[in-house]
Amino acid sequence: MTNLNTGDALTIQAPKITRTALALYAGASGDHNPVHIDTDACKAVGIPDVFAHGMLSMAYLGRLLTDWVPQARIRTFGVRFSAITPVNTTPVCAGTVTKVEDGLAHLDLTVSLPDGTVTLQGSAVVTTD
Amino acid sequence: MAIDPAVIGTSAPSFSTGAERGRLRFFAQATGQNEAVYTDVEAAAAAGHPDLPVPPTFLFCLEMDNPDRGRFLTDLGVDVRTILHGGQEFAFHAQAYAGDTLTFRTEVKDVYVKKGGALEFIVRDTHVTRDGEPIATLTSTIVVRDPKAAK
Repeated sequence: MTNLNTGDALTIQAPKITRTALALYAGASGDHNPVHIDTDACKAVGIPDVFAHGMLSMAYLGRLLTDWVPQARIRTFGVRFSAITPVNTTPVCAGTVTKVEDGLAHLDLTVSLPDGTVTLQGSAVVTTD
Repeated sequence: MAIDPAVIGTSAPSFSTGAERGRLRFFAQATGQNEAVYTDVEAAAAAGHPDLPVPPTFLFCLEMDNPDRGRFLTDLGVDVRTILHGGQEFAFHAQAYAGDTLTFRTEVKDVYVKKGGALEFIVRDTHVTRDGEPIATLTSTIVVRDPKAAK
C-alpha cells in the first residue's frame, strides 16, 4: 500500500504528442473536433496547426494518479486548462502532496511543457489507505 | 451575446450508455496506460475488479457520446467555434466498470461573465449513476469568447 506524506512528489513524462497520438485520442475519446486532427480545417479558421485535446493531458494526469495509488482511492480530481498544448511537444505531469489530514491526502497537480509553459493546473484528493 | 441566467438550474434529458472493453483498451493505448488491469480482464479480476475499470477521465468521454450533447449550446445561440474548455472536475463516488449501464444527467450550475462580457462562463454538473447508485459527478466549465466584445 502506498503511504502518502506531505512533500511526496511524483512526475511522469508523457509521450511526444504526435499527430498520430492526437488521431488515436480523438478516436478513443470520441472528441472529433477538427482543431485537434485536421490541419486544413485549422488553417481555414486562422489556427496555424492542430493542438492537443486538453482532456488528453488530463488523462495523462489521471495516469499519474493511478500509477501512484489504486484508482478507488481517488475522491476528487480537477483541473483548469491554462494554455494550449501544441503538436509534437512532450508534456511532463507532476504531483505533490501538500497536506495529509483526516485520512485524506491533498495533491497539487500540473502539466507543463519543456519551455516551462504550464498547460494544466489542478488538484486531487485521495484517501491515505 | 449574453446568456440568460434563467438557464441556471435547468437540466438536459438524461441519457444512458456503457463502456465497452474494446473501447477501454483503445483509450488505454491512446493515453499510454500500460497497467494491465485497464486492458486485461484476468489482471483486473486478480486485482479484485469485476471487469475492466473505467479510468478516471473516461466518464467525460462517455458523456460526450450523448447524441443531444451539442443541442444545449445551439439552443443558447453559442457558436461552438468560440468555446474553450476552461476546466474539468470529477468527484468519484463508486468505481464504474466495462459493461455497466451508466446514466448521465446534466444540469446548469452557474453562468457568469468576465472581462466586461468578452468572456462568458457556463458551469454544468453531470451526475453519473448506475441503477440509481451515484458513480461520479463531473463539473465542466466552458468559456465562450465573444469576438465582438473582445474588439
